[in-house]
Amino acid sequence: MDFISILSIFVMACFVGYYVVWSVTPALHTPLMAVTNAISSVIIVGALIAAAAAGSAGSKWLGLLAVVLASVNIFGGFAVTARMLAMYKKKDR
Amino acid sequence: MCEEAIPGGCAQVADAMTSAANAALPHAATPAWAMLAYLASGVLFILALRGLSSPSTSRAGNRYGMIGMTIAMVTTLVTHIPVIPGTEPDEFYNAVYWDFASFGEILAAIAIGGGIGWVIARRIAMTDMPQLVAAFHSLVGLAAVLVGWAAYLNPEAFGILGADGQINPVSRLEAGLGIAIGAITFSGSVIAFLKLAGKMSGAPILLPLRHVINLGTLIAILGLTGYFMTDQSLWVIATITVLAFLIGFLLIIPIGGADMPVVVSMLNSYSGWAAAAMGFTLHNTAMIITGALVGSSGAILSYIMCKAMNRGFLSVIAGGFGAEAGPAGEAKEQRPWKRGSAEDAAYMLGEAEKVIIIPGYGMAVSQAQHALREMADLLKAKGVEVKYAIHPVAGRMPGHMNVLLAEANVPYDEVFELEDINSEFATADVAFIIGANDVVNPAAKTDKSSPIYGMPVFDVDKAKQVFFIKRSMGGVGYAGVDNDVFYMDQTLMLLADAKKMVEDINKGLAH
Repeated sequence: MDFISILSIFVMACFVGYYVVWSVTPALHTPLMAVTNAISSVIIVGALIAAAAAGSAGSKWLGLLAVVLASVNIFGGFAVTARMLAMYKKKDR
Repeated sequence: MCEEAIPGGCAQVADAMTSAANAALPHAATPAWAMLAYLASGVLFILALRGLSSPSTSRAGNRYGMIGMTIAMVTTLVTHIPVIPGTEPDEFYNAVYWDFASFGEILAAIAIGGGIGWVIARRIAMTDMPQLVAAFHSLVGLAAVLVGWAAYLNPEAFGILGADGQINPVSRLEAGLGIAIGAITFSGSVIAFLKLAGKMSGAPILLPLRHVINLGTLIAILGLTGYFMTDQSLWVIATITVLAFLIGFLLIIPIGGADMPVVVSMLNSYSGWAAAAMGFTLHNTAMIITGALVGSSGAILSYIMCKAMNRGFLSVIAGGFGAEAGPAGEAKEQRPWKRGSAEDAAYMLGEAEKVIIIPGYGMAVSQAQHALREMADLLKAKGVEVKYAIHPVAGRMPGHMNVLLAEANVPYDEVFELEDINSEFATADVAFIIGANDVVNPAAKTDKSSPIYGMPVFDVDKAKQVFFIKRSMGGVGYAGVDNDVFYMDQTLMLLADAKKMVEDINKGLAH
C-alpha cells in the first residue's frame, strides 16, 4: 500500500472514531478507556513480526518483550472490561 | 492508471515492483487475505466501541473486540511463521523450514503476558481502576517504543528497507514518531500511575522554568525526528527515545491529583497515536484504524473533562492547578455551620419523598458504595425516591463513579448525568453529598474570582435539606476554595469517614 492509501484509511478512521466515541454513554466512559487500552495493544502485530523474524537477535528479543507487554494489556484489558460491563444492571422489576 | 502507451509497459512496471518488493522483503509482502483479515479486525474494533453506546449492547461489543484481536494476532502469526535462517521465500509454506523453537518462544511470551494480565484483571479492586488504566497505558507506550526499535534494528523484517540498503526515509519518520509518542505515553503513564496509586504525592511538583524546558525538549524531539529522515545513525534515534521519556515525565509531574481524569484520557489518546504511527510503519490497516479510534476516543474524553471543569486543555497540561491557593481557610473568617449526627440524617432521610445522592472521590477512598446502596435500599423500602447524580469529573477518571455504583449493584437507570438531573434539585427533599465538594460549590456560578468559576455544578442549594459527608472541616476540596454550601441554613455537616457515617445512618434507618 502506498502512503496516500494508508493516510486515507487513517483520516477516515479518525472521523469514524469521532462519531462513535461521542455516542458512547458517559456511564460507560471507564469501560471505554479500558477497552481502548486493550485494542491499542494491536501493536502486538508489530511485536510478533519482530519476534518471528530472523536476522537480528536484538530486534527479536525486543519483539518478544513487546509481545509480553502487549499480551498483559490485551488479556488484562478485555478481561477487566468484561468484568466491569457485567456489573451494569437495570432495575429489577 | 497505467495506460497501454508502451506495449507491455504495464506488465514490466508491475514485474519490477513485485520483484523489488520480494527482493527487499523475503516474506513481509502481506498476502491479500491477510490484508482483508486486518481490515476485518479493524471493523470489529469499531463495533466494540459502538457497543458502548448502551450497557445492554456493551457486552457484545467487548466480544467483537476480542474476536478482532484474535483475528489480528492469528493472521500475523500465520503470515510470519519463523523460518530457519537462509531459507528461500518460496520455501516458507514448507513446514520443514519452520523454526519451531522461535515459534514456541512467541507462544510462551503471549502466555506469560496473557496470564499476568488475566490475573491482574480478576483481582483488581474497582476503586483502583484509574491506576490500573494508567499502568496499562504505560505498557502500550513501552511496547510501541520496543517495536519501533525492533523495526530500526531489523528493517528488512518490517519491509521498510529501501533499495539503497537504508531504511525508507518516510518509514524512519513514522517509526521515530511512534517511538517518541510511545515513550511519552510510557513515562507519563508511570507518573500518573504513581500519583493515582498514592505512591507519589498528588500535589503538583513545579520546576522553575518548566515551560521553557518542556517546550525546548519538544522542539528538540521534533527536530531530531525530522533529521532522522536524512541520517539514520543510532545516536539520533537513541536521543529521541531518551528525550521523549524525559518529556513524558516532565509533562505529568506538575499536574495535580484531581486533574488526573484529563491526564489519563490524554495518555489514552497518546497510546492510540503511537499505535497509529506504528501502523503507518507497518502498512497495517488494523493498527491504523485502532490507533485513530483510540486517539480520537482519548481526545474526546479529555475535551469532555476539560469542559466539565471549565478549563482550557492547555491550562490543565501546563499544570500547577491548586498549587498557588495557600493553606486552606487561612485568612478566612470563621463562619457558623451546623453539625448533624447519623440519627438526624436517618430520621430526615426517612421522612423525605425524594433524595438525590451526589458521590465524589471521597466515596471511592472510603469504599462507601456498598453501604450507600444499602442506604438507598432501606429508603426505597420506606417509599422514598432515590436518584444518583454524577458529575463528569467526579472521581479520578471518566465514568469512575458509575463503575463503583455498578459494582455495588446500583441499577444504571437510577444514575443520572449532570444536565439530566440538575433541574430536579428544586423538587428534592434531600441532597446527600458524599465525598464530593467542588462539584457542588455555588462559587462556580457566582464568584468570578474563584478558580472554579464557570464550571458546571449541581444546584444543591435548591434542595430543601442538604447533608454533606466530609471527614473534617479542614480540607476544602481540590481547588482549595471555600464552599458556601457548608454554611447554608439547610445544610447539616456529617463529619466522619464516609463509609462509617453511611453505616451509622443505615442502623438508624433499620429500626
